[in-house]
Amino acid sequence: MSLELEGVVIRAARSDRPLFAPLTLTVAPGEVATVMGPSGIGKSTLVDFIGGHLSAGFAPQGRVRLDGREVTGLPAEARRIGILFQDALLFPHLSVGDNLAFGLARRIRQAGPRRMAVEAALAEAGLEGFGDRDPATLSGGQLGRVALMRTLLAEPRALLLDEPFSKLDPDRRRQMRDFVFDHVRGRNIPVLMVSHDAEDAAAAGGQILRLSELAN
Amino acid sequence: MRLPLLAALAASIALPTFAADWSETVAAAKGQTVYWNAWGGDERTNDFIAWASGRLEAEYGVTIQQVKLSDTAEAVTRVVAEKAAGKDDGGSVDMIWINGANFLSMKEQGLLHGPFLGDLPNSKYLDLSDGSAALVDFTIPTEGYESPWRLAKFVLTYDSARVDQPPMSMASLLDWSKAHPGRFTHPAVSNFMGATFLKQALIELAPDPATLQSEATEASFSAATEPLWAWYDALRPTLWREGKTFPENESVLQQMLNDGEVDFAMAFDPAAAAAAVKRGLLPDTVRSYAPAAGSIGNISFVAIPYNAAHKEGAMVVANFLLDPATQAMAQNIEVLGSYSVLDPAKLDDAAKAAFAALPASPALPANEALGATLNEPHPSWMTRIAEEWARRYTE
Amino acid sequence: MTHREGRALRLIVLFTVLAGFVLPIVAGLWETARAAFGILPAIGAGEWSLAPWRQLFGLPGFGTSVALTLWVGFGSTIISLLLASGLCALIHGRKWARARAGRVLAPFLAAPHAALAIGLAFLLSPSGWIARLLSPWATGWNLPPDIATVNDPMGFSLIIGLLIKEVPFLFLMMMTALTQIPAENHLRAGRALGYARGLVWIKIILPQIYPLIRLPVFVVLSFALSVVDMAIILGPSNPPTLAVAMTRWFYSADIGLLLPASAAALLQSVIVLLAIGVWLLAEGIATRIGRLWVRRGGRGMVSGPFLAVAGAVTGALMLAGALALASLLVWSFAWRWSFPGFLPESWSMQAWLRPGAGWGAAFAESFGIGLCATLISILIAIAWLEGEDRAGMRRVGWAEGLIYLPLLVPQVAFLYGLSVAMLGVGLGNGRATVIWGHVLFVFPYVMVALSDPWRALDRRMVGQAATLGAGPWRRLWAVKLPILLAPILVAAAIGFAVSVAQYLPTLFLGAGRIATLTTEAVTLSSGSDRRVVGVYAVLQAALPFASYLAAWWVPRMIYRDRAGLNGGRG
Repeated sequence: MSLELEGVVIRAARSDRPLFAPLTLTVAPGEVATVMGPSGIGKSTLVDFIGGHLSAGFAPQGRVRLDGREVTGLPAEARRIGILFQDALLFPHLSVGDNLAFGLARRIRQAGPRRMAVEAALAEAGLEGFGDRDPATLSGGQLGRVALMRTLLAEPRALLLDEPFSKLDPDRRRQMRDFVFDHVRGRNIPVLMVSHDAEDAAAAGGQILRLSELAN
Repeated sequence: MRLPLLAALAASIALPTFAADWSETVAAAKGQTVYWNAWGGDERTNDFIAWASGRLEAEYGVTIQQVKLSDTAEAVTRVVAEKAAGKDDGGSVDMIWINGANFLSMKEQGLLHGPFLGDLPNSKYLDLSDGSAALVDFTIPTEGYESPWRLAKFVLTYDSARVDQPPMSMASLLDWSKAHPGRFTHPAVSNFMGATFLKQALIELAPDPATLQSEATEASFSAATEPLWAWYDALRPTLWREGKTFPENESVLQQMLNDGEVDFAMAFDPAAAAAAVKRGLLPDTVRSYAPAAGSIGNISFVAIPYNAAHKEGAMVVANFLLDPATQAMAQNIEVLGSYSVLDPAKLDDAAKAAFAALPASPALPANEALGATLNEPHPSWMTRIAEEWARRYTE
Repeated sequence: MTHREGRALRLIVLFTVLAGFVLPIVAGLWETARAAFGILPAIGAGEWSLAPWRQLFGLPGFGTSVALTLWVGFGSTIISLLLASGLCALIHGRKWARARAGRVLAPFLAAPHAALAIGLAFLLSPSGWIARLLSPWATGWNLPPDIATVNDPMGFSLIIGLLIKEVPFLFLMMMTALTQIPAENHLRAGRALGYARGLVWIKIILPQIYPLIRLPVFVVLSFALSVVDMAIILGPSNPPTLAVAMTRWFYSADIGLLLPASAAALLQSVIVLLAIGVWLLAEGIATRIGRLWVRRGGRGMVSGPFLAVAGAVTGALMLAGALALASLLVWSFAWRWSFPGFLPESWSMQAWLRPGAGWGAAFAESFGIGLCATLISILIAIAWLEGEDRAGMRRVGWAEGLIYLPLLVPQVAFLYGLSVAMLGVGLGNGRATVIWGHVLFVFPYVMVALSDPWRALDRRMVGQAATLGAGPWRRLWAVKLPILLAPILVAAAIGFAVSVAQYLPTLFLGAGRIATLTTEAVTLSSGSDRRVVGVYAVLQAALPFASYLAAWWVPRMIYRDRAGLNGGRG
């Protein structure tokens, strides 16, 4: 399984000027590749494009392929590409456990096994017994771990990380980074991280690409 | 869509043959809901209509749905709108409590069903002789297009705790109002009651009241109303709020009497004040009387629009309203306090006894205080007076 | 991602709105216009003519009616805008004051015009509650004085009534607008440059939020120029404002008056259009003068007293509104209550104990119609907003205008024509028609109330659901609607309140057969029994209050363990 970008160019719908130079990239399974670039260049827009969340205000070109199959035209829910942001974005009306159950793939059908999968994920995040908790009562680090677990339970075929650690202080940042990278490497899926932080990129250990503005 | 239309068509063809047979009408009426459009500003009347609905349902399977109007003309407008839209049957108005001007206007426009009065068995209790008050609505012959249901007569009401000697004529009313500025007023003249007050004054003040019985002309109008306007010009500055604004109708005026804002109210119903005392709406010191020269009286009618969806039901209701038991109930001061429209000479002994047993009240005027009943002027007078008044006194 | 499904949904909603709302309004205006120029076959009028207009201009008091209409319309709009701005400036940035002002003002938004007017009429009249409070010990009045307080020829009491309704509306609209600009920072920056708080507000913040509340201001202007129920109860009567005069002509015994009445209805829309034009013109001039004023850099003007007056006047108005509603409650339990007693001499439950006399049925009717109209409106609004989401598009200007259309066109101008048109195409005047007529006016308010919270929902949250494999319908049912439950219920409560308050649509489209609390209260207010009117008005006010309470309470109950949806940390 690999994630391939080919000749990706994004413009704002009313502008001729692309946000960045054409981007071509292949991320191997188990690799955590990093795309770096200054703020405002369109890193998050790139994430939206790959994930299928780009709003109508943008005119993209280029292709996204997952494991050789093109997904560019598919709606987000059919791509099976997970995204993690710096905010955990847990659904506020659901308990922690129900958030995980929402993510859990439909492959597991019966109530018993589903509950066990959720409990296992909680244990993996070091949050045994947190299933009935209100997400609003969790700390930042706990929220981040639940968010990752929720994403992984959906069994994504690729994962995008959009500045996932930028809100954390240095100590927490290291812990969270290790937690995320350990877990995603184990799944053997391609991971693409966008970040402006060189330390994150180095820790990722994969290829590093710099988005650059288009020369005039 | 077609079926009801055909049925209605068949019914309208069949009607002349069967209408004479009352039992057919009663059978057709069973299960109908009659939308009775009636002025809804009087809670007693609304209660009475609700009571009638209960009785009718028990006896005939007919229910009344009262459509409460703030002005009778609303119902006329509605029938006009339906005619505009070509809705010539299944109309939304089944029966209207109607009075002279609206009746004339609907009759002239061909918006009424009938004649039907002769088909009602209880019409035998009415005085059906020529020129009888039961057959004339504001000098307009009803020709069977209306059925009477209650008697109205103009009276003034005052609080005896505040007024010792009420003025007995329009001339003395002017003197009283000059002596007590801001303590008298009448409902807006666009309202039936306000116009009736001016008509009452007109009858008293006109040089020749006989001219009022025929349609007003330019000449007869200016001759007959000249003293009226002179009197009103003198009265108006002494009225409540200097005659610049007026209560909407007699109910509002009655409330103003209760609040003490004015010292007089007026009604087209001699029992109105007594009933209001019973209901806690006026102090028990109020008294009603008619001016010494007598007062305008008429009968209230119900009519059925030409496109009514439930004509049979409406006829059953109209007939029920003429029942002596219903009329005695209506005259009961504790119920409606509305005088009977029936001819006492035609009642049997049981009915007479029922009327004699009705309770009395100090606010109820004695027969001698009611005086003579004066005939309504031709409706053209009311229209003209209202227009002329608006022209003269609207700023 | 494809936007095809979004387009289809949008088209369906657009078609519903066009066919269900815009077409009928146009048809109604068309029938009214035909009658205004002499075509009303029902009364045998079939030829184009200007006679209705000549007749209209010749009617006694016509000029005064128009002048009164303009005076009341512009007067109440300008004053309510000033008061709302003053109040906003006064409490802006003071969190507790803001929350409290919202809590105090919201009930007046919910109170129906008719109930408020009936209460005010009693409160302010010479024999009313205020006079009774002060008599005879302070005033010496043993009988009420002959002073024109209610139904005064200048329409002051009507303006007061309108202010009680419109100040809270504009204030809450401004508060919403304020969240869309960095007002706090501007206020800080302005004060750092040496401008007093009120002055920063007038010079910097008001010009920024004004464009955001322009449509609501026009709604207020149009409403004040064409209000009927409140004007019947509080306004001058001889002559009344144009809208009331017209309603009287429509219902006059003289059928011939239908034609000039239609002309007046058309004139009413022209007046509203012209008034909006004049307002825009004045806006331009005010902006220019304002710029000159801003450039001069004056810091000397003391704004404090103005703000204090605005606060005091608003406070007095709301106190009057509260007393008006309280007086209705007292009346409904009274038996005898005569001047100058401050409270009734004798009490009775009788008015309440007889639901069969009418209020039971009217209550059920109001409740049922309100519920249906609100449900339909909420459904269309959610479909509209979801369509925008799926198409990935923001709302365009004309669509916003479309939503506001029913609020900008005066009701009197098209309702009579509409009921004629409805009958013409074979649709009767019944409950379903009334519900639809209510939706016409409920939907815009629901839309306005729901749009901002809907857009404020974090798009990435919805995106997360998509990455987890949830399709558009599951995202709507399982994520958006539950998270937006509170704002949806608030929008529904507002819609319900709007429905309960509708007078003219119920009257015209229900052929008078549909008796709601509002139509009954207005009709009975021209009767003699304040106790019965009190029952109707209390119930009429209670229904919207109860719905607001439910909108506040239900999400708190459902989400009592969810701090993120409960005003806690998110």
